[in-house]
Amino acid sequence: MPPRHYLNNGYGVKSWLLTRDHKRIALLYLASVTFFFFLGGAMAVLIRLELATPAGDFVTDETYNKLFTMHGVMMVFFFLIPAIPAVLGNFLVPLMIGAKDLAFPKLNLASWYIYVIGASFTTYSLVTGGLDTGWTFYTPFSTVASNSNVISAALGIFITGFSSILTGLNFIVTTHRMRAPGMTWFRMPLFMWSMYATSLIMVLGTPVIAITIILVASERLFHFGFFDPTLGGDPVLFQHLFWFYSHPAVYIMILPAMGVISELVAAFCRKQVFGYKFVAFASIGIAVLGFLVWGHHMFVAGISVYAALIFSILSFLVAVPSAVKVFNWTATMYKGSVSWQTPMLYAIGFIGLFTIGGLTGLFLAAVGLDVHVTDTYFIVAHFHYIMVGGTIMGYLGGLHYWWPKISGRLYNEYLAKIAAAIIFFGFNLTFFPQFILGYLGMPRRYHAYPPEFQVLNVLSSAGASILGVGYLLPMIYLTYSLRYGKIAGSNPWNAVGLEWNTTSPPPTENFAETPVVTWEAYDYSAPRA
Amino acid sequence: MWSGTPLFPEQASTMAGRVDALYFFLLAISVFFSLLIAGLIVFYAIRYRRRDPMSVGEVIHEAMALEITWTVIPFIISMVIFVWGASVYVAISRPPDDTLNIYVVGKQWMWKFQHLDGQREINELHVPVGRPVKLIMTSEDVIHDVFVPAFRVKADVIPGRYTNLWFQPTKPGRYRLFCAEYCGTRHSGMTGEVIVMEPSEFQAWLSGGALEGSLASAGAKLFNDLACNTCHRPDAKGRGPVLDGLFGNTVKLQNGEIMTVDEAYVRESILNPSAKVTAGFQPIMPTFQGLVTEEQLLELIEYVKSLKALPPAQASQTR
Amino acid sequence: MSDTAEHPALAHHFDSLAQQREATTLGMWVFLVTEVLFFGGLFATYAIYRSWYPEAFAAASHELDVTLGTINTVVLITSSLTMALAVHAAQLGQRKLLMTFLIITMILGAAFLGIKSVEYYHKFAEHHVPGPGFVFEKEHIRHAQLFFSLYFVMTGLHALHMIIGIGIMLVMLYWAWNGTITKEYASPIEISGLYWHFVDIVWIFLFPLLYLIGRHAH
Repeated sequence: MPPRHYLNNGYGVKSWLLTRDHKRIALLYLASVTFFFFLGGAMAVLIRLELATPAGDFVTDETYNKLFTMHGVMMVFFFLIPAIPAVLGNFLVPLMIGAKDLAFPKLNLASWYIYVIGASFTTYSLVTGGLDTGWTFYTPFSTVASNSNVISAALGIFITGFSSILTGLNFIVTTHRMRAPGMTWFRMPLFMWSMYATSLIMVLGTPVIAITIILVASERLFHFGFFDPTLGGDPVLFQHLFWFYSHPAVYIMILPAMGVISELVAAFCRKQVFGYKFVAFASIGIAVLGFLVWGHHMFVAGISVYAALIFSILSFLVAVPSAVKVFNWTATMYKGSVSWQTPMLYAIGFIGLFTIGGLTGLFLAAVGLDVHVTDTYFIVAHFHYIMVGGTIMGYLGGLHYWWPKISGRLYNEYLAKIAAAIIFFGFNLTFFPQFILGYLGMPRRYHAYPPEFQVLNVLSSAGASILGVGYLLPMIYLTYSLRYGKIAGSNPWNAVGLEWNTTSPPPTENFAETPVVTWEAYDYSAPRA
Repeated sequence: MWSGTPLFPEQASTMAGRVDALYFFLLAISVFFSLLIAGLIVFYAIRYRRRDPMSVGEVIHEAMALEITWTVIPFIISMVIFVWGASVYVAISRPPDDTLNIYVVGKQWMWKFQHLDGQREINELHVPVGRPVKLIMTSEDVIHDVFVPAFRVKADVIPGRYTNLWFQPTKPGRYRLFCAEYCGTRHSGMTGEVIVMEPSEFQAWLSGGALEGSLASAGAKLFNDLACNTCHRPDAKGRGPVLDGLFGNTVKLQNGEIMTVDEAYVRESILNPSAKVTAGFQPIMPTFQGLVTEEQLLELIEYVKSLKALPPAQASQTR
Repeated sequence: MSDTAEHPALAHHFDSLAQQREATTLGMWVFLVTEVLFFGGLFATYAIYRSWYPEAFAAASHELDVTLGTINTVVLITSSLTMALAVHAAQLGQRKLLMTFLIITMILGAAFLGIKSVEYYHKFAEHHVPGPGFVFEKEHIRHAQLFFSLYFVMTGLHALHMIIGIGIMLVMLYWAWNGTITKEYASPIEISGLYWHFVDIVWIFLFPLLYLIGRHAH
C-alpha cells in the first residue's frame, strides 16, 4: 500500500462526515445504498414468500401492498438511481479525466446529506405505518383513497431528487471544465460518456417528478384538485407527468451500467471498445429519445390511438441504440485477449440478460401486444431483467473491477466467481418464469392468485432464495478483503485508463501531478507500465 | 408437478389469435438474437481466451459498414414489429358497429355490470358467443382495469370518464377477469369471471332475472323523478334542449364549438351543466354532482340514447 | 493563469480562477435548466387545464388584482436592473456601490413579497383559497378552484424562490462587506445575479398567464 492515500488521510468520524473528497463521499454513498439494497431485498424476500402459495396466507393484503410499494420505492429511488452514479461515478469521474476532484466538492457532500435526509423521511413513513400506493403513486388512489403515509414518503422522494440533481450538475460541469490537458471528449472512457448522458437526464427529468410529487402532496394537504375528477382534474395527467420523468429514470439506472460494461469489456479483452464513437453517441441518443417515450406506459390508460402509435414508434427507435451497444460489445471480444476474471463474468452476464430484457421490451413497445401483457408479471419480469439483470450486474461487475482501486486490496477470486455464477442462475430462475406467468395473464401487485399459477410462482420464489444468497456472498468476501485481502498494487488488471495510473488507493488529490493525455481511450497497443 | 400448470393462455376471442401470432413472431426474433449474441459471446470467450497473462487484443479499426448494418437491421425489424403491433392495436381499439353494449362500473373492490335489458351482475359477466361485445366503463373511485387474459384485451377504468373495451368471444366457457390496475387493499380480490354462453342460453339467462325492466326504462323513471322532464320537454318549449334524437348527433355550443353527443358529453352535461351549454340556451341547469350515482348516470345516458328523433308533427302530441 | 494561482479564493482542485469561474457559471446555468423544467411541469399542467376550461380560468383570473400584480412586475424588473448594476459594480471592484445595489435589490425583493402577501390576504378574506370553504360564482366553482390551486402553487413556489434569493443576497452582502468579493473574484455575485434574473423571468411568465387571461376581450 502507498504510504499516503485517501483512506489514511484522517480517521475520525469527522474526517468522513465533513469530507469533501469525492472518493470518501463515494464510500459514504456505498454504505448507504448497500443498506437500502438489503432493506429492499428483505422486502422482496417477504413478497416471494407470500407468493409461494396462491392464498394470501403469509401476510395480510394490506401488509403485502406496503411491502411491494416500499420494495419499489427503496430499490428505485434509494438504490438503483444513486448506485452507479453516486458510488462508482463519484469515485471515478475525476480519476478518469485526470481531475483533482469534482467541480463542486461541497455540493457533492451536500448531495449525500440530502440523500440521507430524504431517505430518512421515507424510512420514517415506513416505520410509522407504511405506504401502499405502489412506487408509481397513481392518482386518484394516492390523493384520495390511500390511508397511508403518502405525504412523508413523497416528501422523502422529493428531497432525494435534489441529491440526484446536484450529482448530475456536478458531473456535467466536471466533464466540461475539469478534464486534464489532452483529455479530449473522444479520448474519454465510455463510462464518462454514459455518466454525462445520465447526468443530462438527472438534471432535466428529476425536477419534473419533484413538481409532480409536490402536486400530489399539496392535493392531499390542501384539497387542490389537480388530479381529482370530482373537481374537474384529470387523474391521467398525473401519469403523463410521472412517466415523463420516470421513463427517463429507467435510463438513469441502465445507462451507467452500460458505461461500466464498456470499461469491463475493454479491460478484460485488452482491446479498444469496437465502434467507440457509436457506443458514445448511442448513450446520448438513448438519453434524448428516452424523454419522448413516456406514453408507452399508458397504452391502456385511455390515451388516443394516434398518441399510442406515436409513442410506440418512438419506443422502437430507442431500442436501436441499445442494440448497437450490444453488437459493439460482442464485436469487441472478437480477437481480444479474453480473461475470465470475475468482472468479465458479470459483463458477460450483463450482455446476455440485457439482451433478453431489451428484446422483451420490443414485446411491450408493440402496442397491440402490450395491451395483453402490460400490468402483468411480464412487465415485472421485463424490468427486472433490465434493472436487476442489467443495472445490478453492471454495478457488481464495476464494484469488483474497481475494488482494488477503492480499497487497495484484492478479493478472493474463487469465491467471487462462485457468487457471480449463483447470482446469474438465481436471477434467471427468479424472473424467467415470470415472463410465462405474465403471458398467462397473472396481474402484478396481486397478494393472492389463482391456483394454476402456483408452480411457476414456486420456481420464482426458489430462485429468489438462491439470488439472495448470491448477493450476500460479495458483501462478506469484499468486507473480508478490506483487512485480509492481498495488496493490489496500482494496476492489478494491467488495464489502461487514468484511474490505473495512480496508486491504489489513490492519494486525496488523486494524482501526484496533473496527467497529460497523449493517447486514445483503451489504447492497449502501446502498453505504458 | 406440471399437471394443471398451463404454459400458454387459452384463446377465446377473435383477437387472441392475432395477438398470439405477433407474440410468436417476436418470440422467434428474440430467441434468434438471444442465441446469436449468447453463442458469439461464449464462442469468443473460449476461442480468444487469454493464454498469456501479458497478451493484449488485436487492434481492430472500426468498420463503418458493419456499424451501419447492425443499426439498419434492428431498425427495419423494429419497424416491421411496429406496423404489425399498430394494426393489432387499431383492431383492439375500434369496435365494430353492431356491438352488444354492456355498462361496467368499477369500485373498490368489485365489478358491477349492467345489461341494457336491466340484468345486473356483480363480478360475473354473461355474454353470448360469437357476438361482438362492447363494455362502456367508468369507476366510482380510483382507477381500475378490466383484463380478460383469454380474450387478450385490457383497458383502464377511469373515474370521471368513459373508456371502452370490446371483444368477440369464440368459445363458450368461463374465463377469468382480473383488475389489472392497482387499486388498493383488496386489489387482488377484485376478480371475476366472464361466462360465455351459446346465444340461446344467453337469451334464456337474460330473460331469467330481469325484474326491474330495461336500463333505459329505469333511466326514464329517474328522468321523471329528478324532474329533468320539466325543462327537457320533447316539444321544444322547455327551458332546456330537446333530447329526442340527440345522441350521436352534433350540437352547437354557445362558444360556437361543435360537439358530438356521446356518453362523455351527456355525463358532463348532467354533472357540470354550465361547461358546455348548447347555443340558444341559458346556463340555468343545476349540477347533479353527488345526486346521481355512476350507475344512475348510465341509466340516464341509456335513456337519452333510447330517445329517437320524432317527426316534427308528432313531437308536439306525444307525452 | 499563474498570477491567480495563489489567490485566496481559488479552491484547491481548480488550476486557475478562470477555470473556477467558468465552472461555477456553467453550474448555475445547468441549475437554471433544472429550474426551468421544475416550473415547466406546472406550466404544462396550467396549459392543459386552461385549454379545457377557458371560461372558468378567465372568470377566476378576473378576481386577481391586476394593479397590485402590475406594481409587483415593475418592482421586480427594477430589482433586476439594480442586480445587474450590482454585478457591474462587483466586476469593477467598487465595493460600496456593490453593497448599495445589493441592499436596494433586497429591499425591492422584500417589497414584492410584501405586496404578494397582501394579495394572499385578500384571497383568503374572499374565500378564494381552494378547499371546502371555497366560494365562487356557482357556474365555474369547480374549475375556478383549479385555477386558484395553480395560482397558489405557482406564485407560492415563485415566492419561495424569492425568499431563497434574498437569503443569497444577504450572504453576498456579507461577502462584499468582508472583502471576499474582489475585482478578480466577482463570480459569486455574477451567478447570484443569474439566479435573480431567472426568478424575475419566471414572474414575467406568471404575470400574464395568471392575471391577464381574457383581459383583451373587455
